[in-house]
Amino acid sequence: MANKTSQPTIRLEILRYDPEKDSAPRYQSYEVPFQEEWVVLDAINHIKDQIDGTLTHRWSCRMGVCGSCGMMVNGVAKLGCSAFLRDYYPNPIRVEPLAHFPIIRDLVVQLDGFMAKLQSVQPWIIRKEEKPVEQGEYLQSPAQHARYKDFSMCINCLLCYAACPVTELEPHFLGPAAIALAQRYNLDSRDEGREIRQETVSSHIGIWQCTLVGECSVVCPKHVDPAGAIQQAKLASTMDWYKELLWPWGGKR
Amino acid sequence: MKPYVRPISAGWWLHRMPYLRFMLREFSAVFIAAYVIIFLVMILRISQGQAAYEAFRADLQSPLAILFHVVALLFALLHTISWFQLTPKAMAVWKGEERVPPAMLIIPNYVAWVVLSGVVAWIVLGG
Ligand code: SF4
Ligand code: FES
Repeated sequence: MANKTSQPTIRLEILRYDPEKDSAPRYQSYEVPFQEEWVVLDAINHIKDQIDGTLTHRWSCRMGVCGSCGMMVNGVAKLGCSAFLRDYYPNPIRVEPLAHFPIIRDLVVQLDGFMAKLQSVQPWIIRKEEKPVEQGEYLQSPAQHARYKDFSMCINCLLCYAACPVTELEPHFLGPAAIALAQRYNLDSRDEGREIRQETVSSHIGIWQCTLVGECSVVCPKHVDPAGAIQQAKLASTMDWYKELLWPWGGKR
Repeated sequence: MKPYVRPISAGWWLHRMPYLRFMLREFSAVFIAAYVIIFLVMILRISQGQAAYEAFRADLQSPLAILFHVVALLFALLHTISWFQLTPKAMAVWKGEERVPPAMLIIPNYVAWVVLSGVVAWIVLGG
């Protein structure tokens, strides 16, 4: 690709992996036009469209809503559509697939493990007894809604998993987003499923694996604060334990 | 076609400042434990009589012992302050639709710290 001399450029070093040819990933460099208003995703789309059609990556909304463009930008988990080139220019930018996930191809990672974890915490409203539809909806006050609202903002972008060293060292750890979503339903006034979720959430793959590094909450683009969700779940579980210890004949809720 | 699993990097905590800070916070426990052991030895020496205690005090004046105490103090401060700051993560206190601001949960920690330190200082120095 010829560049006009007046047009400044920026270099992207992208981790590439082709499962049919490569035994291990390798870096490939691309010079792309530097535009003030471009984000890393724009640069990657430019490469894909103009320079190298074999580059594979996920994206959809380009506005931090769909959660599909998570990647490591200079070692930090970011949404590609929210990381501006101007924040790195004139230095080159190193782009890698989300850390801690198996690489399927180039920037595309395997999400099956996360999907299974997410399902295992049953992130939906569980009732002891469903009430018939004719009886209408379950009502909720604004104050009750506020309790879990932040935890419900998750877009499953998985930046938090890429930022959490425990998810790398303990691959079975449920991880930040799954626990935040469990907590989101536990705190929902319409839900009665906490005890069922506890079997997974406070198990050996659950909250107690967390050592509170806290980076999940720092990288989260939606301010979900999964680290907070996990610590609050730990506190609640500890209270359960004390309740059962001090009041064994009736402490269970 | 097998997905590629990247190897675990042993030095992950050196790659970024927040991870290093986390490791230092965890590592501070070693110094606090060592300090507690020294403290327990001191109590043992006191129980063994004045001569034993005086000898123990003399040992504490060695440059190495002073250096250890300075480093242990710094780690204790890091440990205490970073955990105080994290209190609001674990405690969500609500007033109607609003969450009580984090500072309102952090400040009481510091107040308790100052008051308790004052009491200890009063007992040790004056009482
Ligand atoms: S908790 Fe935040 S970082 Fe984690 S998946 Fe949800 S939105 Fe992404
Ligand atoms: S493309 Fe949808 S979040 Fe980035």
